[in-house]
Amino acid sequence: CDLLCSQNYPLYIRSVPTENELKFHYTVHTSLDVVDEKISAMGKALVDQRELYLGLLYPTEDYKVYGYVTNSKVKFVMVVDSSNTALRDNEIRSMFRKLHNSYTDIMCNPFYNPGDRIHSRAFDTMVNSMMMQVC
Amino acid sequence: MEQGPAGGSGPAAATGTGGLLLPLSETEQQRYSELFSRCCPPPEAAAGGSSVGELFRASQLPPDTLHQITEICGAKRVGYFGPAQFYIALKLIAAAQSGFPVRIESIKNELPLPRFMALKNDTEVRYGTPAEFHGVKFQVPHATLEKNSYKRTDEGDKQEPKSPPMSPICSPPASPSTYQRIPLSYGYGKARSGLEQQHGASYEVRHSTHQQDGPSSGNYGAKSSLTCSTPNRSLSVEREQQDSSTQYSDDPWRITEEQRDYYINQFRSLQPNLNAFISGSVAKNFFTKSKLPILELSHIWELSDVDCDGALTLPEFCAAFHLVVARKNGYQLPETLPETLLPEYLQAACLKPCCALFDSYSEPLTSSQQTRDLSRAEKSSAEEVPDNSALLQDGKKDDKQAVKVSTTLKTIPKEFQHLTVKAAAQEPNALRARPRSRSYSSTSIEDAMKKGEEPPTPPPRPQKSHSRASSLDLNKIFQQNTQAVRSGWLPPPPPALPPRPSVSQTEQPSEVELHPQMNRPPSQAEENSSAKKEVVPAQPPSKPARRKLRTEAQGLETPELSPTLNVTSSLPAVKPHLPVQKQSSKQKRAIQTAIRKNKEANAVLARLNSELQQQLKEVHKERIALETQLEQLRPVTVL
Repeated sequence: CDLLCSQNYPLYIRSVPTENELKFHYTVHTSLDVVDEKISAMGKALVDQRELYLGLLYPTEDYKVYGYVTNSKVKFVMVVDSSNTALRDNEIRSMFRKLHNSYTDIMCNPFYNPGDRIHSRAFDTMVNSMMMQVC
Repeated sequence: MEQGPAGGSGPAAATGTGGLLLPLSETEQQRYSELFSRCCPPPEAAAGGSSVGELFRASQLPPDTLHQITEICGAKRVGYFGPAQFYIALKLIAAAQSGFPVRIESIKNELPLPRFMALKNDTEVRYGTPAEFHGVKFQVPHATLEKNSYKRTDEGDKQEPKSPPMSPICSPPASPSTYQRIPLSYGYGKARSGLEQQHGASYEVRHSTHQQDGPSSGNYGAKSSLTCSTPNRSLSVEREQQDSSTQYSDDPWRITEEQRDYYINQFRSLQPNLNAFISGSVAKNFFTKSKLPILELSHIWELSDVDCDGALTLPEFCAAFHLVVARKNGYQLPETLPETLLPEYLQAACLKPCCALFDSYSEPLTSSQQTRDLSRAEKSSAEEVPDNSALLQDGKKDDKQAVKVSTTLKTIPKEFQHLTVKAAAQEPNALRARPRSRSYSSTSIEDAMKKGEEPPTPPPRPQKSHSRASSLDLNKIFQQNTQAVRSGWLPPPPPALPPRPSVSQTEQPSEVELHPQMNRPPSQAEENSSAKKEVVPAQPPSKPARRKLRTEAQGLETPELSPTLNVTSSLPAVKPHLPVQKQSSKQKRAIQTAIRKNKEANAVLARLNSELQQQLKEVHKERIALETQLEQLRPVTVL
């Protein structure tokens, strides 16, 4: 599951197992609070390359929620099953980096207004391929 | 160009127009006499009004155009369509369909034959006009398709008038005219199956009008690059087999020469320097005028901005424009960019017409030193391009050469990217800097420190610095080469060029007119044809609109480019202006380079700042860790 947020409303959300989508949405929204907390704790740091949450919200559900913030305070949140133990930190980081790159490409598009929902097909394909890889 | 023995029409024509001797070629004579005999069965001397009206309507020109024609040819004056009036009217129809204004003077030129939709009893070849494609019937007789296919193989000659194939073909429909306006060519979004005949018919039109096609690239215009109904697929496959020698296909994503010229003109209206970029905001304003939904425009942008830099090069712009036009005509946007719209492909193909255009516009256009140098640079570096384009004409896609050319060209646009001073252009630079900053931060800290020590000198950045330095040298080099190159380039094209400037002069205002009209999706074909007629009266209103767009674009650029644009819009040679503008542009260019250096320095410093902040954060962490260790150790010592 995947979410892009800016000013705490979602720009883009995608889940691979499409059931429980609502739960994913809820999870992600709650995790935004934690992200904000982390950002404020950083203080002078401008960019937080990555944040790692383990066993964050619902230990029973075995979710891992990862967060990532860009320079412009756009938050990427990723929720994965803990059952998927093959995912390592580096992979998560590379996924976030790919997300960030794609997001930058979207920004290049003059027809995209920051704050719009993201409809870019290239972004979609990239996210899909990434999630297929993982799940 | 003598008047044939068509029954005393010569003197009649002369008197009918008040002394104007109307030159008619042999084919025209034949054609007109046939048409006249159809409309007015002998032994009447005058054509029946109804049949004439029917014929005129079959020409698919708008009614007011037809009124104009009838007025001019004198039928209204004399009250009937005598042979003279009829012939003049036919000639005017041909002129109108070719895009010339409806005036007596225009019919003095050699013109293609007028084109009419098939009349019921018509067994001759009738070609629909470009004016309207909504009415094209979906009749695709296979006979015509086959003929089209083998005619296409003949297309490679480009020279012989193929009058024999004309008669056997019974084809209802529309053929694109030589001077087809780009939106027109896409008017047949609905009439795709009609394209087959269009292609076939267009070849004859080409052949019969090849004297009008100054540049041989006009033959590319025969390929209206739209296809797509499934019955045509098999044919296009077959055609592509036969046409391996020519690169014609019904690929909707292939840009014809006319379209490319139109796109290039549009590009030029936004950005006089064909090697430079159109910034994102300028392009956005431009494409928003097409009234496509933002979502689709953003998808088009995604497809066409291949290097994702937020700006469009000329091939990217052509691709984007092409996609916009295709979309407006009902084509679904592809998921990925078709290969014929790839920048490398387009660049290789773009260059020859670009160069030809440069030659014809060399004096008036390149009033600024910069743009002239760029054009020379392009020519000098792209001397192999005519070979390439010749190869392309032969249809062998020499990808290697194209890539080679495109790589050489890409380096030049990248270099000259920095010569363009646009506020928005700095954003793509900054954006590009951002991904690079990530890679830099991943490198060792010492490198970052080194860069920190050299903030005033941008050289650490590999690409831009050396390109900037070299770009200045390039300008000097090209000044020297200018004379040689210009002289070297001018001799070959002259045979082809002379018709072109006049054509393009008349074309350009109509093209200028057309873009605002492109925004009107319904009945755009009629409007476009009326645009041809009303080019002259409408030219003043459209030009201010165009200027507005230009000045808007230039709001981002430095002011000196606006005089260059005003010069470019006036096609007559303005050589005397050039030396003066050289000097002023030199100074301004110096200022531009200074501004650019400063901006890049700023970007570097910003990046350095962020990296240093990161280091600071890490150092803080270490400090905290050390302090905690200390704390842990201290109680031990105390105790």
